[in-house]
Order: sequence, then C-alpha cells, then structure tokens
Amino acid sequence: MSLADGARGDLRMAGLHKRYPNGFVAVESLDLVIPQGSFFALLGPSGCGKTTTLRMVAGLEDATKGTIHIGDQDITHARPYKRPVNTVFQNYALFPHLTIAENVEFGPKRRGVKDPKQEVKDILALTELTEQAAKKPAQLSGGQQQRVALARALINRPEVLLLDEPLGALDLKLRRAMQVELKRIQEEVGLTFVHVTHDQEEAMTMADTVAVMNAGVIEQLGSPYELYTNPRTTFVANFLGRSNLIKGTVLGREGSGADEVVKVDMFGTVVSINASRVHTDSKEGWIGIRPEKVLIQPEGTAIDAPGDHFSGAVVVSSSYIGVSTEYVLRMPWGQELMCFEQNTGRRGGLLQVGATVDVSWRPDFAFLLDSSQDAEAGLEEE
Amino acid sequence: MTALQRAFTGRSAYLLIAPAALWLGLFFLFPMLSLLTTSLSDPSGSPVYGYELTWRLQNYGEALADYWPYMVRSLFYAGIATAICLVLGFIIAYAIAFKAGRFKTIMLVLVIAPFFTSFLVRTLSWKLILADNGWVVETLKALHFMPDDGRLLATPVAVVAGLTYNFLPFMILPLYTSLEKIDPRLNEAAADLYANPAQRFAKVIWPLALPGVVGGTLLTFIPATGDYINASLLGSPNTQMVGNKIQALFTTAGDYPHAAALSVILMVLIVGMVLVYVRRAGTEDLL
Repeated sequence: MSLADGARGDLRMAGLHKRYPNGFVAVESLDLVIPQGSFFALLGPSGCGKTTTLRMVAGLEDATKGTIHIGDQDITHARPYKRPVNTVFQNYALFPHLTIAENVEFGPKRRGVKDPKQEVKDILALTELTEQAAKKPAQLSGGQQQRVALARALINRPEVLLLDEPLGALDLKLRRAMQVELKRIQEEVGLTFVHVTHDQEEAMTMADTVAVMNAGVIEQLGSPYELYTNPRTTFVANFLGRSNLIKGTVLGREGSGADEVVKVDMFGTVVSINASRVHTDSKEGWIGIRPEKVLIQPEGTAIDAPGDHFSGAVVVSSSYIGVSTEYVLRMPWGQELMCFEQNTGRRGGLLQVGATVDVSWRPDFAFLLDSSQDAEAGLEEE
Repeated sequence: MTALQRAFTGRSAYLLIAPAALWLGLFFLFPMLSLLTTSLSDPSGSPVYGYELTWRLQNYGEALADYWPYMVRSLFYAGIATAICLVLGFIIAYAIAFKAGRFKTIMLVLVIAPFFTSFLVRTLSWKLILADNGWVVETLKALHFMPDDGRLLATPVAVVAGLTYNFLPFMILPLYTSLEKIDPRLNEAAADLYANPAQRFAKVIWPLALPGVVGGTLLTFIPATGDYINASLLGSPNTQMVGNKIQALFTTAGDYPHAAALSVILMVLIVGMVLVYVRRAGTEDLL
C-alpha cells in the first residue's frame, strides 16, 4: 500500500522565530529544509525549541516571524485543521470516548470522506491493530496506544507527519521494537516524517538526517554518521555520544586539498587533524576524540595504530560492562580521558587501576572545535 | 487485597455503615413512610387530631385533577431555568477550566460565594433588583425595551430569573469538574485531525463533558421543580408552582392528605424523568 501519491514537496522553514509573551525565545531564526519523503529527526535537550518548532509546523503555535512552506504552499498562518500535516502527540492524546476505529476514522470523517471503512481497515492492518478496532483506548497497552496514535495520523496521508517524542512513554524494550516498526512504516508509506526526540540513540537509529538543536538554534545537521564522527560544536560532541575534549594550540596548516591537515600542539605532542574536521579559526582549540577511538596498552607494549602517541597515562578507574570496559585515564597533564575498549580478549584480562599505560588514536578520528565553546556543553542534559 | 480493603470487609464494614444507615432510617425512611400513609388517609381529619389511614387512593386523583396546571408550570419554569443555567454554566465552567489561568481559584470561590449568605436573603434582594422602580426596570424602560407600564416583578420572567440565579452554581460545579478533566491536547489533536472549532466542540468537548452536563442538569432541574421560594417572593398568584401549592395545602389549608399525595406524585414524576433522561444520555455508569 502506498500512501505517498500525488504531488508533494519539501517542508521549508525560513527565518522561523518564536518568542513567547514572557520574552522567552524558544526558536531563533530557524532555516531548515526537510526533503520530501525523508525521515528527519530534531534532536535536543528539553527546552531547546524542538517541540515548539514542531507545533509551529502543526499550526498549534503561532510563529512570531518567518515562514513555513510545504512545496509551494505557504502554511505559516493556516489554521491547524487546514494544514496537510498530522501529529503523533507525545502522550498520544487519543479520544477516550471513542473506539480505536472511531479514533482512526476521526480525520477522514472531518475531511468529508463518506465511508472510510476500507481505509480504516488497511491502516489498522498496517499498524497491527485489527483485533483492537472495537476497544476503547484505556483498554490498550502503551505500545498499542502508540500505534493507534500513529494510525490515526497516517490514515490522512499527510504531506508531513510530525512525531513529538512518540516513544517517550514506552519502556526501553518496547521503545527499541517501535523504533524498528516506525522506520518500517515510514519506508512503506514513503511520507516525510519529522521526529522530535531528546534520545540521541533513537534519533540515530531511525532518521536519515538529524538536526541537533540547542537553545533555539540548530547546532548541526547531517546524517547520524556525519554528526557522530565529525561534530562541529562541543554541544554536538557531548550530546551525541561522548567525547574527550583536550586543549590544543594551533601551529599551522600543511598540505592541500583533501590531504590538508592542521597541526596542533597538544601538551607537547604535535597532532595532525584533517582540515575537513577542523571547525575553528582561532589559535586555540578543543581537540576531540571519541572514547572508543582511544587505544591503550600497558606501558612499553606496541599499540596497533599509526597515530598520535602518548605515554605516562595512569588508569584511574575501570568499569566492566560485559561487551566493553570503560576506563578513565589520567593523562600526564592532569586531565582525565575516557576510553571504551571492546572486550575482545586480545589482551587477556583487564587493566588494573593504577597501571601505567600508553595511549594512542588514529589522527583521522580526531576533530578540532572552537575553544570559546564550553567543553561541558551538552553534558548532563536530558 | 490492600490493607484498606481488608479493613472494610466483614463486620467492620457494617459497623462503619451503621451511623449513616441509622440516620437515613430515622430522618429519611420514616418521614417517607409517614408521607405515604398521610397521602392515603381520609382528608376529613385534621392536623391537630390526626388522619385515619383509609387507603383513600382518590386523594391522588383529586390532587392531580385540581393541581396539574401547577405541576406543568413547575416543570416548564424549571426546564427553562435549567436550559439557561446549562448555557451560562457551560460558558463559565469552560472559562474557569481552560482560560482562567491563575484566576481559577478566585473564580471558583466566586461561584461558591453566594452560599455564604442565606438563600432567602439572596432571593429577597432579587425582589429589590427587579422592583417596579428598581434600576433594571427603569433602565429597560429608558431604553424602550419595555413599555412604560411594564414590570418584571410578579412575572414568570422574574421567577425563572430567580431560579436560574439560585441554581446556577449547582450547574457550574459538576460541569467544571468534567471539563477540567479534559486534556487540552485532545482539543489540539482534534484540530490537527481537521476538526474546526464547532466540530471540536460537538465531537470532543461535549461528549467528554456529558457526565457534568447530566449531573448539573439534574442538580438544577430537580430542586428547581420543587422550589417555592422564588415563585412566592418574585412571582404572583399566576406564577405559583407546585411547591407553593404543597406548602399552602400543608400550612394554610391544613389538608395534609392532598398535600402528601401531591408531593408523592411530584417525586414519582421526577424520579421517572431522571431515569429516562439518564438512560438516554447513556451515562448510567458515570453517575
């Protein structure tokens, strides 16, 4: 079954701005194009403006400035019930007095579809709810209610489907299952999905493109791989996974084209960072390296990596979590770094706290961020 | 089974119910029986020397034949007052539940505030408001909404206005309780699903407020039907309700059997109407 028939267009927001009467700016001059048919995630901590953005697209919140278009159609000031957009609400907002079938046919009936029985049947089958059609929402489990909310929105074949933390109320196991399910349904119907979440894993698992939002602006936009491997700000580096950020002084550039590197002095060791991964022009910078890219070996043993090399680090703590072990290392300059090591058994046993180790990483995994940014940004923000 | 449930099973449950049961037995069941026997007694007795129970069913026929216009008028006045209360009460309750913000508590207190003064005093003050030389009548005349010899006091309008005023809080409170429970996101969801404001009201707000509507209309209609204060203070002999007649039969005419019969008829009528109404509204399980 294909729901994506008819001409559709990209969802475009230009200079979108939301200022509440109390002066709080929730969304600041947002420019964003969400390609038609894509699974797009708006990721950020609570209060970052992602839900406000979604509500402006749905028409539940007025934009202070800026425009919203779907294709050529300007919907900035259209009433919510006149927009080709549907929402899956955070707590589903199912109509408690209506059955599942009645909830699902609510949209088609309001649009004047005379007898939506067949469509209701199809969508209930797609969301595996056929058996529940005659029940009331209160009789359903959380996961089933979530699917009803999805079916109720999907049946209208909106040009854009907005999902506001749709999995937030589910337990971890169900959430994982629904992530896969949602992705499957999106691929099946081919509609544009805009998914708002604060869960980075959820965003990365499902979305083709992720926009990381913070304090009303988009910090970075890209594929999950791009965002994770080459974050542009300390906020993205910390909010999406974890990062070690080490102070460094920029020495200069070498090479050209794709091979151009920036040489950075990091507490006496000169490291090279590919120019495409350098996101600052200043003399100082944060050298970033993901914890799983940090390799360690007992002092004096060879490390299997052609990279930047440091000795004299001490293991401060280790936590064994089965599939991997998380070490905290104290570097010679006093800073503590994280190192996540797969338990391949290669070394035979864990490194003891207090052991002195050599540390290394491949230079192509490091990135350089602006030193004026807070190294703690994006930490401890859920 | 929770500790609370355990505490309320077996003998302790009966012990806990006992005081209330005793109270109701003494002050509800007994007077009801007394009313029923009186209604079937010979009217030739007197309040002083008592009435003889002769199972005189004619009392009912006579009461109905003589006083049915009062019954109809009561239902009519109470019906109109209830309808006005529903419209006004819904607007006020909706405003308090969804639009009042930080003024919510103040507004609720204002709704209840009239209860701090006597029902009688408040109705008497309406007599002043609606008086022939009062400001309401004078203003209406000045604006030519009313002929120069027109009046409000001693008209059906005054009685219905009094009933509406006196029973409005009983409409607002149950409506507010129902409306307040409605998640505002349901309204947003309906808007998102192509429902315009009128459809949102008809398909979401109204059905979810139905328990409050049923509760409010019952709490307004039932006491308004039996009310006699408003009709006697604000009305005229032509606006007398069944309550006035019952009161007159008891106090001035001393005809207890017919008064009792009329009371029983009124009671049966109201209970019957309530049952039909509740069944039709489909809210038995919500009451």
